[in-house]
Formats: sequence, structure tokens, C-alpha cells
Amino acid sequence: MPTTAAALSPLLLSRLQFAWVIAWHILLPAFTIGTASFIALLEGLHLATGRDVYGRLAAFWTRIFAIAFGMGVVSGIVMPFQFGTNWSRYADATANVLSPLFAYEGIMAFFLESAFLGVLLFGRKLVPRWAHFVAALMVALGTLFSAFWILAANSWMQTPAGYVIIDGRFYPADWLRIIFNPSFPYRFAHTVVGFYVTTGFVVIGVAAYYLRRGRFAEESRTMLSMTLWLLTVLVPLQIVIGDQHGLNTLAYQPAKIAAIEAHWNTESRMPLTLFAIPDEKNATNRAAIDIPDLGSLILTHDLNGVVRGLKEWPRDQWPPVAIPFFAFRIMVGIGLLMLALVATSWWLRARDRLQAVWFLRLCEFASPAGFVAVIAGWTTTEVGRQPWTVYGLLRTADSVSPALTGIDVALSFAGYILVYLAIYPVGLMMMARIVRRGPAEAPTEPIASGRPEGPVRALPAAGAEDSP
Amino acid sequence: MTVLPFDFVPLWTLILGFGVFYYVLFDGFDLGVGILYGFAPDRAARNLVMNSIAPVWDGNETWLVLGGVGLLAAFPAAFAIILPAVYFPILAMLLALVFRGVAFEFHYRDVEHRTIWDHAFCYGSAVATFAQGVVLGAFIQGFQVDGRQFSGSAFDCFTPFSLFTGLALVCGYGLLGAGWLIMKTEGELQTWARRFGRYCFIGVLVAVAVVSLWTPLIEPYIAHRWFAWPNIGFLSPVPIVTALLALWEWRSLNNRSEAAAFIGAIGLFLMSYIGIAISLWPFIVPYKFTLWQAASAPSTQAFLLVGTLFLLPVILMYTGWSYWVFRGKVRADIGYH
Repeated sequence: MPTTAAALSPLLLSRLQFAWVIAWHILLPAFTIGTASFIALLEGLHLATGRDVYGRLAAFWTRIFAIAFGMGVVSGIVMPFQFGTNWSRYADATANVLSPLFAYEGIMAFFLESAFLGVLLFGRKLVPRWAHFVAALMVALGTLFSAFWILAANSWMQTPAGYVIIDGRFYPADWLRIIFNPSFPYRFAHTVVGFYVTTGFVVIGVAAYYLRRGRFAEESRTMLSMTLWLLTVLVPLQIVIGDQHGLNTLAYQPAKIAAIEAHWNTESRMPLTLFAIPDEKNATNRAAIDIPDLGSLILTHDLNGVVRGLKEWPRDQWPPVAIPFFAFRIMVGIGLLMLALVATSWWLRARDRLQAVWFLRLCEFASPAGFVAVIAGWTTTEVGRQPWTVYGLLRTADSVSPALTGIDVALSFAGYILVYLAIYPVGLMMMARIVRRGPAEAPTEPIASGRPEGPVRALPAAGAEDSP
Repeated sequence: MTVLPFDFVPLWTLILGFGVFYYVLFDGFDLGVGILYGFAPDRAARNLVMNSIAPVWDGNETWLVLGGVGLLAAFPAAFAIILPAVYFPILAMLLALVFRGVAFEFHYRDVEHRTIWDHAFCYGSAVATFAQGVVLGAFIQGFQVDGRQFSGSAFDCFTPFSLFTGLALVCGYGLLGAGWLIMKTEGELQTWARRFGRYCFIGVLVAVAVVSLWTPLIEPYIAHRWFAWPNIGFLSPVPIVTALLALWEWRSLNNRSEAAAFIGAIGLFLMSYIGIAISLWPFIVPYKFTLWQAASAPSTQAFLLVGTLFLLPVILMYTGWSYWVFRGKVRADIGYH
């Protein structure tokens, strides 16, 4: 039974606080990384074909992107400071190895993004069209650099390589092995494609929303068709990458796989557990629904493959089991449903019935699916990494700032909860409002400086526009 | 581990020193503009005030990340000690920046709650600034340390001195913001910016004087650094130049010059910054860890230096381009009347 003292443990509260701020933060890159690339693609198509519909769509998604990006910046600034305030022992121990990766993210990515973002958002009429396209491209590139470095750092914590340990602190021995550590290529591909898919489902959801109401037909048809083609490639690709990522995890973090599969005993011809209630105390599953042999086949690509169970490790090295087990099933379940939706689109497209009302409804319903999958996937990999911050080497319990008290962290956690709960719903409302207004004509008036969109509507004379 | 014969610490000190100063100036003026926003006479003025920084604020704010991450990369012991020590000011700053940052977007698009976001923008800017000032004050006073970790209470950083430096920084950023607005606006709004610039300037003058007297009284190390012979001779230009700059700033706030007040405010910040650097050298965790003791591994510093030396000029170049695109007086209503 957790006592009051344990409930106010700075360690547990710091973990919850980190989970809270990163879960909210990751929703934004999950959307902005995809949107930035999508905008660059639209700007490029506009430049290449001269078709206005691409320009209108680019301007429309840029308006939504601006809000998500702004929220991403401010919620992202919170993150590196968490390492210092709550995880100072982790920060000190890993700084020699990880800090340049964080710093390179800052230098390469953030600056590329924010320096060109101003031009992308407000410079449509101030710079030549090609320069505006370049700005869009740079912003997209910036978001990808950001993902590259931050996932390199995260992957190193999962599968550390290229280091030596001196006096309890990590020192770099080989930078290439640090950056391209064993899980990084898989994690990077899996995450970025996952983010693209997430954005894709938002885009088809918005397109379906208009089509069902008979608004912006040209824009919506363009969005729906091109995005379903993209998803046709990306969703199956993501499933293949996910499988490869799983094999990589089995090789380097077998205890995590054991937790994901709620797999207690080492065995060959391991079943695939579709559903169960993992009982960590007794190291067994209740109410399990198993498919014989399939677990070994999926994990080792061999029916007789041996998969190690959790009992191979001492208890104090077990990750929590139920959380990764269920989170993983949510992620995979959503992935399969996405595949079903995309496959349906092929069938409909072949019959030229892509705009069937029931399918549009389905697209609308599915639009937030990617976010749920991203959070579930992130939860799987991060909770599955426990009880370590640096896998097998530095315990989470030894990472927390030593001087913090439970009260300190309770106060800060309450602050983050209140502020995020105030900010996120409003942000979502803002984006929903832009969606409701739709991709109207791009403004044609020359803008000297400032924001072409906002201030105009903010002026009393033009304010009426805002309340349709 | 390869042993590198070169000492990267001075170079990283310069880079980080530059990065922090850049942040203080650039986010300083846009936080200052945010504070002054709350005092703007009417809606049209508020729109212009916010427009003057809308295209550049997030670029400026990312330097905070560079400052934080740069400290972690170059001087990890300092990062690990200072951040838990200023836990609550950092928390207040981050939450205030979140509010303030989203206010930019929400302000324009959220008609019903416009006043809420107006307040969020002004108070968010003020709280973030005040919190940074508290961090500065606590930094000057030093921290309780055990090994390579902070060992005091998260509330230690709140002292009369640090609360005062918090207020001082609010005036300082306000002055920078007023200087920026004088440069970016015209007519009545510019007159208004000059007036608030003068208020902030008086606050800055008082703050500089009080901090200059208070600091040597509470920190014998700094008192010795300032007043021991021959230091007092070498350091005497600092207060003299500061006084001259103050005179120039007051004149610029009162005459018709456009950019002089902003430049003067930058000068005053530079002198204060140099003053603090001189006082605390060579410590990065005052009185506990020198820059060399807190430094990361040479190979870490070398690896990051390669990219930084290449990318920093590029960043400064296109940041400059971005400012150039939005140059001139800010106008919100072109083409709409």
C-alpha cells in the first residue's frame, strides 16, 4: 500500500510530471512535423503547377500550423529545463554524451524553424514565391532535424553505445556510434512515419468534414485524394517498420518485449497473447486469449523461436508490465484499423466512390486516431525502458534531483496540470475554428508588416468577420 | 578517451556568454514590449505593439533553449546545480512563457476571450521577466552544494536581494521594450513609448544604484574583487561608462531620435552584464565551481564546437534576414481602410 509519504515521493511525482509535459508536448510535433512537410509539398506543387487550389490549401494549413507550432515551441521549451530541475543527477551523468545532441537540435532545428517561420507565416506577399517555398521547405527540414536529434538522444537512452563510464558519469568514445546507436534508425523511421500518418488522418478528416457539408469541394477533393495516396504508401510502410523496430527491441531490450507481451516464462513456440490481465505480483496472466505459436513467429520470424520471459531478470529490473502491454495493443490495434481504412479507400477509388458518405464519416471519425497511437507507442517504449533512464546502466531512481522534496514537485506538477489544461483546449478550439472557416481565398492585399491574418480581424471595424 | 591538447573552456565561455546576452537583449525587448502592452492606451495601439514583435518572438525565445542546453553541454555541473536551486523561478518562467506564447496566437483568433489573452500576454511577460531576475539574484548569492549537486531547499532562492533583482529586470526589459517600440512606431504611440521608456529608465537607474551598493555588502568575494587595489583602478571605467550611457539614454528618450534609445538600453545592459561577469569570474556556480571545474569532457566540447562555429554565423545571418524582411515602422491596417 502506498503511504502518503510514497505518494508525495519526489521521484514518482517527477516521473508523473515528466510524463505529463512530454505527453502533451509530443502531440504537437506529431502534428507539426507532418503538417510542415505537407505545407512544403503544397507550396512546391503550387510553384510547379501554378494551380491556385494548392496555394489556398498551403495558406489554410499554414494558419493551423501556426497555432500548433506556437504551442509546440512553448511546450517544448519546458522540456530541457525538466532535465535540470527534476533530473539533475541524470543531467550531470549523461551530459557529456547527450548534451551535444540536444544542443544540435537547438542550433540546427529550432533556428531553422523559427527563423523561416516568420517568413512562412507573414511573408507570403513580402518575398518572391520561390523564396516562400524555400521558407516552407526550411521549416519542414527544421522539424525533421529536430526529430533526428531528439530521437537520437532518446534512442541512446534505450540502447546506449559508444560511451565509457568514469566515476559514474558517461563519456563519449565514438560519436557516430552514439548518434547512430542500435535502435535509432528504427525509432526515427517509426516515429517520423507515424507523425506523417497522424497528420494524414487529420487532413482526410478535415477534407471529409467539408465534403459531407458540400463546402470547398475542389480543395477537399484534392486533399482527400492526394492524402489517401500518401497513406497508401505510409500505413503499410509503417507496419513493416514497426515490425523491424520490434525485432530490434527484442535484440537489445528483451525485457521490454517480455513486458509488452506479458511474457513471463522463457519458451519457444510462444503464443501471441491478444488480451490478458497481467498479474505482476504472481507473474502470470489472467483471462488470457492466446493464439498458439504466433508470438514466436512475429517476434523471431520463426515458429520455434525462443523468446525470453521476464522471470529471466531479477524483479528489480522489471519494467511495469500492464502499461506497456495495453499501450502496445492500443497502438497496434489502431494501426490495423488504419490499414483497413486505407484498403477500403483503394476499393472505393477503383469504383470512383471515394466520396461515399459512410466513408467520409469514417474518415472524420478516424482523424484523431494517429494521436492516440503516438501516445500509446510512446508510452510503450518509455514505460518499457523502466526502471532505467539509461538502459541497464542508470536507474530512474538514481536520476532524480537529490534536493527536491515531494511538496516541491507536487506544487510544480499542479502548475503544469493547470496551465496545460487551460492552454490545450483553447488551442484545439482555435484550430477547430480555422477549420470551420475553411480554406478561403488567400489574402491579396499587400501587407507591410505584422500579421496579415490576425490584426485585421482584431480591428473593431473588421472584427465582425470573426463571428460567423 | 582521447586526450585533446586544446582548452575549449574559454571559447565555450565566450559562446555561451554571447548566447545568454543575445537572449537577454532579444527576448528582453520582446518581453519588455509584452509588459508595456498592458499599459497601451487602446485596442489599436495594443495591436501595433503586439505586431511589432509577432514575427520575431519565437526566434528570440529559442535562444533560451540554446542558453539552457548550451549550459548543459559546456558546463553540466552548473546546469545540474543551478536548475534545481532555482526550481520555482524556472517553473514560473516556463509557465508564464507558455501563457505569453500562446497569447500571440489566441489573441487574434479567440474573440470572446480577448481580454483574458491580453492579460495573459502582459502578466506572462512580466512574470517571466521577474522570474529571470530572481534567478540572476540567486545566482549572484550562490547556492548550497554537496558534491556536484544542489543540496539546499528549493525556496532558498527567494531572498530580498533576488526579489529586488526581479523587479530590476522588469524595469530593464521594459526599457529595452520601450526602445524597440520607439524605433518601430510613430506619432502618438511613439510618444507614449517614450513616456514609458522614461518611467522604466528611472526604475533602471535606481535598480543599478541599489544593486551596486547591495551586492558588495552581501558578497565579500565581490567586494574584494571590486575594491581591492589595483582592481578598483582597472574597473573604474565600468561605472563611468555606465553613467555616460545613462546620460545618453535619458537624452535619447526625450529628443526626436528613433533608434538611439534602443541602442542606449543595449549599452546599459552590456555594461551590467560585463559588470556581473567581472564580479563572478571565474565562477560558473558562484564561489563553488569555476568554469573549468564545471566543464564537460573536452571531446564533448570539441564535438559541439564544430557544428556551432559553422552554424552560429549562418543562424545570425538568416535571423538578420528575417529582421530585414520585417524592417521599418509596424502598421497593422495597410490596405484595409
